[in-house]
Amino acid sequence: MNYLKLIILGAIALLAALAASWGRDLAYQVHAIIILAVAAGMFIWVLRGTDEPAVQVDTNGYMDSVIRYGAIATCFWGVVGFLVGVVIAFQLAFPVLNLEWAQPYANFGRLRPLHTSAVIFAFGGNALLMSSFYIVQRTCGVRLWGGNLAWFVFWGYNLFIILAATGYLLGSTQSKEYAEPEWYIDLWLTIVWVAFLAVYMGTLFTRKEKHIYVANWFLLSFIVTVAMLHIVNNISIPVSIWGSKSVQVFAGVQDAMTQWWYGHNAVGFFLTAGFLGMMYYFVPKQAGRPVFSYKLSIIHFWALVFLYIWAGPHHLHYTALPDWASTLGMVFSVILWMPSWGGMINGLMTLQGAWDKLRTDPIIRMMVVSLAFYGMSTFEGPMMSIKAVNSLSHYTDWTIGHVHSGALGWNGMITFSALYFLTPKLWGRKEMYSMSAINWHFWLATIGIVLYAASMWVTGIMEGLMWREVDAQGFLVNSFADTVTAKFPMYVVRGLGGVLFLAGALIMAWNMWMTIRGGEKVTAPVGVPAE
Amino acid sequence: MSDIDKDDVTGVDTTGHTWDGIKELNNPLPRWWLWCFYLTIIWGVGYTIAYPAWPLLNSATAGMLGYSTRAEVAAEIQRFEDQNAGLTSALAEVDLTTLADNADLNRFATAAGASVFRNNCSQCHGSGAAGAVGYPNLLDDDWLWGGTMEAIVHTVEHGIRNETGDDPRYSEMPAFGEILEPEEIDQVVEYALSLSGADHDAALAGPGAVVFEDNCASCHGEAGMGDIEQGAPNLTDAIWLYGGDRETVHETVVHSRFGVMPPWSDKLSKAEINAVSAYVHQLGGGE
Repeated sequence: MNYLKLIILGAIALLAALAASWGRDLAYQVHAIIILAVAAGMFIWVLRGTDEPAVQVDTNGYMDSVIRYGAIATCFWGVVGFLVGVVIAFQLAFPVLNLEWAQPYANFGRLRPLHTSAVIFAFGGNALLMSSFYIVQRTCGVRLWGGNLAWFVFWGYNLFIILAATGYLLGSTQSKEYAEPEWYIDLWLTIVWVAFLAVYMGTLFTRKEKHIYVANWFLLSFIVTVAMLHIVNNISIPVSIWGSKSVQVFAGVQDAMTQWWYGHNAVGFFLTAGFLGMMYYFVPKQAGRPVFSYKLSIIHFWALVFLYIWAGPHHLHYTALPDWASTLGMVFSVILWMPSWGGMINGLMTLQGAWDKLRTDPIIRMMVVSLAFYGMSTFEGPMMSIKAVNSLSHYTDWTIGHVHSGALGWNGMITFSALYFLTPKLWGRKEMYSMSAINWHFWLATIGIVLYAASMWVTGIMEGLMWREVDAQGFLVNSFADTVTAKFPMYVVRGLGGVLFLAGALIMAWNMWMTIRGGEKVTAPVGVPAE
Repeated sequence: MSDIDKDDVTGVDTTGHTWDGIKELNNPLPRWWLWCFYLTIIWGVGYTIAYPAWPLLNSATAGMLGYSTRAEVAAEIQRFEDQNAGLTSALAEVDLTTLADNADLNRFATAAGASVFRNNCSQCHGSGAAGAVGYPNLLDDDWLWGGTMEAIVHTVEHGIRNETGDDPRYSEMPAFGEILEPEEIDQVVEYALSLSGADHDAALAGPGAVVFEDNCASCHGEAGMGDIEQGAPNLTDAIWLYGGDRETVHETVVHSRFGVMPPWSDKLSKAEINAVSAYVHQLGGGE
């Protein structure tokens, strides 16, 4: 077995070395060198272990070591992603921060996808990986299926993130929003994602519980749909196998529609369905209360997954997209409002009988604020999809504010509370090192989000109104640069909101660090399936 | 797995399932939620009947209201065009030198011109028309290609040194780095600086005058006053398109400059060109 591994790793290292020397662009060469280093490193590691007695891994308990790594990676990438976000927010307010000496690498255009991918795929993706591994084991009562495959998923996914991030900085992108990585990185992610699906499905198939818990429905729909979206939106032909550039197969409005079918469902299935899966486990656990309504969870799950997939065209109102597609996108988006709110109702009403914990438990408070922002942005979204509203909001900062009230409020806060829930359990501590630090994090993050969202509402609606303003004779009143000038103060406020949010995340990182390294162990760090 | 029991706090039955200690209550769907969901579905069905929605084989349902986004935009544009029709056609035909005599038309032209300027010209010339490095200031009375109404209209219509327009204004300064010796360049740079009274090295400027006479005077004139026919800048004023410091002037002489302006006659209507020309003319420097 080890010899097979050695042959494969050696072949990969050799190919990567060839690719590094024949590569036609810098991003491709750097990626080949990274892959070469990884493959060579693993080759040596496997070689050293060959013909040694195999290390016995206790496979009776849950597989939590990979989740511990996932928790740390989530925290790390969160801080990185928020930091880059703060930098680009201030670059917009003060263009001089596109530092001359750091060009062409650190301009807004390259840092912006670095920020979006770092928060969505690195922070959010690791959060989903580690919590889905945690949840599926607990709610199925079995160890993760597939042995070390879970490790492959974790490291493979993080290698994908490294390749994507370095690619952006070096100028390699296929220019599709949230799908920027080039063809070979897409192929690699496909392999990793199929492995993820296999681990997840394998665990579900071997479960000891008769029924499948609602969190797993959402997580499975997330994994399956993201696989489909990723493959279809990345169909492209490489210009050369020795270069990073590729050409999309779809063209024109078909390409735009495919992109926003993908883009909207990245929100729908990555940031909504996946995180609802987290919510359905961590909220009842932390509150110690039963889920409010089983019926609601069934109805809103199926309605949500059925409706979300059609909503993409609302990103392309008033474009080359035909009117009929635009109408359908809008109608499905509006009907999606109640199914989205089903998750909020089920989450908040689960606190029935535990509302007093809001006063004492900052983690519950985070969860409630998270659900509140979820409810707000899933109302705002359908509203903005209405053509009349969209004609004002489209291309403005209102959209940026909408995304961030969802991403910072809903995704960020539910992930923070999950990390606070998991960290003591994964490392066998009684509780987090500092409860008051969690409280600080809560207030910093909440105030940061409010500053962010409010400033973007103001600039968004203002610039929308300025763009469309015409005088009595129908002449446009403002130039584009006028709107940019007018937005300046709110851009500073937005940046400050980001600073607060980042400060909260740094406090969390410190708190996790102190919890992990100190404090008495109260339980064995590895959980055992319940009978 | 456990059996159905009652939740102590709410008195509601559970479903009898347990996962890692999590139970589920058997609450019904909230009525208000369900009715809102039904309402949005009913609205959605009605909306797709009223508006273009369902794809068929070769087209899609057009909707009962006969709505289309393109028609809506076209109607709105048409409304303003109808409203302004008289003024627009007068503006397209007016002799711009007599514009000042017609107060209504003049007001319309200036408003229209300001709007055309903001949306087409301000990207280079600035919102306030004060220009930027490489893009002329339109507020002063220094004109590269002439500041009469006629000259401005011609520049707007045909542009400068572009490859897309019909008969653009054209001239090309040679890159003297390939023609003159480095010391000659240093000399002529000092002479050019001296023309506008800037600090200069008189020892170099002396021989520089000879270099200027031989190489530059044919376009910029014996006295360096420039030539509007060729778009050659006046070097005796303190107005610089690319900068009047020694280093920048040196760079201009060595590499030359090649500023481009697109032709607007294929993008703007005659009335719009007249409007923006009148607007630029009245900014302060029109001749």
